[in-house]
Amino acid sequence: MTTKEYRTISQIAGPLVFVQKTEPIGYNELAIVRMPDGTEKKGQVLDTSDDFVVVQVFEGTAGIEKAAGVRFLGETMKMPVSKDMLGRILSGSGEPLDGGPAIIPDDRLEINGAAINPWARDSPSEFIQTGISTIDGMNTLVRGQKLPIFSGSGLPHNEIALQIARQAKVLGAQEEFAVVFAAMGITNEEAQYFMKDFERTGALKKAVVFLNLADDPAIERIITPRLALTTAEYLAYELGYQVLVILTDITNYCEALRQIGAAREEVPGRRGYPGYMYTDLASLYERAGRIKGKKGSITQIPILSMPGDDITHPIADLTGYITEGQLVAKRELVRAGIYPPIDVSTSLSRLMNEGIGKGKTRDDHKAVSDQCYAAYAEGKDLRGLVAIVGKDALSERDRQFLDFADLFEKRIVRQGRDEDRGIEQTLDLMWEILANLDESSLTRIDRKYIEKYHPKYKKA
Amino acid sequence: MANEGKIFRVAGPVVTAEGISPRMYDVILVGKEKLMGEVIKIVGDKVVIQVYEDTAGVAPGEPVINTGQPLVAELGPGLLGSVYDGIQRPLPELMSVMGDFIKRGVAAPGLDRKAKWQFTPTVKKGDKVEAGTIIGTVPERSVVHKVMVPPGVSGVIDDIKQGEFTVTDTVAVVSGKPIMMMQKWPVRYGRPFQKKTAPDEPLITGQRILDSLFPLTKGGTGAIPGAFGTGKTVTQQQLAKWSDAEIVVYIGCGERGNEMTEVLTTFPELEDPKTGKPLMGRTILIANTSNMPVAAREASVYTGMTLAEYYRDMGYNVALMADSTSRWAEAMREISSRLEEMPGEEGYPAYLSARLSEFYERAGRIVLADGRTGSISVVGAVSPPGGDLSEPVTQGTLRIVRVFWALDSKLRERRHFPAINWLTSYSLYSGSLDGWYKANVAEDFPELRNWTMELLQKEAELQEIVQLVGSDALPEEQKLTLEVSRLVRELFLQQNAYHKVDTYSPMARQYKYLKSIKMFNDYAQKAIEGDVSVDTIAKMKVRTKLQGSKLEENVDQILDSIIGGELAKEFETLGAK
Repeated sequence: MTTKEYRTISQIAGPLVFVQKTEPIGYNELAIVRMPDGTEKKGQVLDTSDDFVVVQVFEGTAGIEKAAGVRFLGETMKMPVSKDMLGRILSGSGEPLDGGPAIIPDDRLEINGAAINPWARDSPSEFIQTGISTIDGMNTLVRGQKLPIFSGSGLPHNEIALQIARQAKVLGAQEEFAVVFAAMGITNEEAQYFMKDFERTGALKKAVVFLNLADDPAIERIITPRLALTTAEYLAYELGYQVLVILTDITNYCEALRQIGAAREEVPGRRGYPGYMYTDLASLYERAGRIKGKKGSITQIPILSMPGDDITHPIADLTGYITEGQLVAKRELVRAGIYPPIDVSTSLSRLMNEGIGKGKTRDDHKAVSDQCYAAYAEGKDLRGLVAIVGKDALSERDRQFLDFADLFEKRIVRQGRDEDRGIEQTLDLMWEILANLDESSLTRIDRKYIEKYHPKYKKA
Repeated sequence: MANEGKIFRVAGPVVTAEGISPRMYDVILVGKEKLMGEVIKIVGDKVVIQVYEDTAGVAPGEPVINTGQPLVAELGPGLLGSVYDGIQRPLPELMSVMGDFIKRGVAAPGLDRKAKWQFTPTVKKGDKVEAGTIIGTVPERSVVHKVMVPPGVSGVIDDIKQGEFTVTDTVAVVSGKPIMMMQKWPVRYGRPFQKKTAPDEPLITGQRILDSLFPLTKGGTGAIPGAFGTGKTVTQQQLAKWSDAEIVVYIGCGERGNEMTEVLTTFPELEDPKTGKPLMGRTILIANTSNMPVAAREASVYTGMTLAEYYRDMGYNVALMADSTSRWAEAMREISSRLEEMPGEEGYPAYLSARLSEFYERAGRIVLADGRTGSISVVGAVSPPGGDLSEPVTQGTLRIVRVFWALDSKLRERRHFPAINWLTSYSLYSGSLDGWYKANVAEDFPELRNWTMELLQKEAELQEIVQLVGSDALPEEQKLTLEVSRLVRELFLQQNAYHKVDTYSPMARQYKYLKSIKMFNDYAQKAIEGDVSVDTIAKMKVRTKLQGSKLEENVDQILDSIIGGELAKEFETLGAK
């Protein structure tokens, strides 16, 4: 192992430090930069050759001068993990922020993680009840899924994430839950809001919190989610916890990624983001799932704010291609005073079919949700028409659909911040509003379910 | 030839070495852990290698070994039912060696060296053979595996054996050269063939909108572009499950781990609708999820194609699905940018469209030496950023493929699945397949198909008017067009992949659907001439019955009875009023 300190910095650019004439240094190896005044900063090797080594400094290069010394630790970055991390608040680079003692590690794990062998994965199929109708009824979350919230600035995505964290449960199961929360570049105020809620509900005891705030070095955001996910993997696969990971805000993470790309003078891809952003994001999101024969699981809810509410923005776009669906928060719904403002039309849960149906939720679930989707879409289309021709010009059938769309938003989408709806309740509510449509319009539902659950027959 | 050198530089998956003099695309073992890589550039005395595994911790000065061979696929009995990573390492094998996570530096052969296969010769001593001649058969899962003389070998059979052998045992001797069941072929080169021939038979998939309106041929090429969530993967999986190809190669290229797991868990449980045997018995899966090394992702489509070509050469119809070719293109971009190459459009390398055409050109139907044919049909999913079809990968693909299934997020939002837009999709094969449809489905099928397309076109025009004035303002005849096309959409075009009856529609049933809708239309037309309102027609019992038929077990019977008289009868009673 090399413990030599090099004083051969030749160039400092953005977050990068170039060191010359070193002995062979491994790719991704950890480095410590020591300032003449004795303070130290951590970094990682991005490029290594006989000629020079490029180090990316996590805490930013402010204050580094050419006279600073660089030491290479001979190993890649590792995260000390332990069961005692539950209830702790750590910085974006893993140092305690809560005044508590340093973490005594049970193990030290590689923060980049390895890919789960697809053969070893277990298919996610356990329904997680979040108590939010638009999720449970229409975009069901299952254990081991990664389901991001696509939001925009000023929308209540944090409230939604907190409500999910608070209410999430697997029906009929008594298992140990843990929340790993990684904040990247959020404001102090937002952080306080999260902390307060965690304390209010007692969730902090079962949580590990990583905080990289808006004024912390941007570059640290690259490692914050990796530390969080490494911790989550330890809790899930070693200790058997059912872990919910909340990552907020992915947009800030991607900005940091772009910053490094620019500093390295890489050829940029769309909107200046690096061409490897897909692979990089995948290396975070894919660390969700279940493994055959292991008790624990990792479910991920990344939050990202879409610049200009643009779902085709590279960050949202690439995320959508990796995650198993998305929950989209819509500004129009907020304006109409509806919380949670989840727009079901653009939302999707790809694993929904795995987690619903007989024995999991209820046999009619799929049919009812399909029917609501179709009817809501038709009703929304009609709103445009009504604006032009007026309600009177509509046929009876069309009027019913128009009313359905309104009812759907008011009865299904809207609910209280602390309202925890059971799945039965959600499905019954959906039937209730579907009953306002003509029975012949219910083309997505098998006859047997209509006879079993339609309020008209149910009462009889 | 210098076979051992040392590492000069490491930057992510791109490693520069010196002291070796390999050829382009030779496989190099990198570092102390012998990570597998491939030569992608030679500059002066330096060699640039893309490494298929994670390079963390690899340092300059570590050794590199030149294997002197390009990346090859192992071909022989045992491929079917396998699950490989991008460079043909069996995933179950990797799991037993490295545990639940993919670690590195583990080599695992593509074919099991210990398994024994029952070899039955089909030639005898003294027979003349050439490359591609079938010398024997082996039962492999649900198909007959044909052992062929490898490319580049020909002569006279000196010796041929019968019995149980491993893939590396000698089963024949051709002019002094021992032949084993396993052969190797470099993945980046197409396997040789004598002649290509035009495809004239559709690949039947049981998906109504595909088979009836936009058919793909055996040996044809198609693309499914669509924004995320529009159903590319479900469509690809439906094709893998239900298409009437004898062999299916499914490449999960840079896609989701959980989705791959779904394929891995559901496929073994499914039955081939034709043979009743497990579907896995005719399937090869290649899984390189988005967080597995990027260079192996780049190689995965070539590996899959080579396996497909091997079965094509035996005379089978092979369907190859690549999900998604955009991830493959991005892998190229990522490696290209690490090489600091001059980028083309949107950062993709300038050779992107050349690589895409090379890949799709490996599809096609070939004539074998004995006159039989074999084919590879390729369906590539494309994931255009932001659903924007003008981006380079979609455009590069559309220039080559002959079938375009356009996924539409508007349709998805109203849960119209498959969300394939019937106005923008096309199949350049549909005209040339008319003969086949007439001979194998019904004489009037092409006519019905054209009628359906016209109806949908007309509906689209009417919808524009409806958007302005509402449907009540339309004359009865146009209202009927809307009503009938709604029936086409809801009954025929929408198909539920998760419903056990609806997931697969045989060609004969597809015809019955169209036939009954057309009959409904014709009777209704007459009825409105007799002053029956469209509202009344829409509420007819037979209309509801037709609509509901597709979810019923006895759908064929229901359709038969509707066509056979039920429809006519109810319209008669309408007329009486």
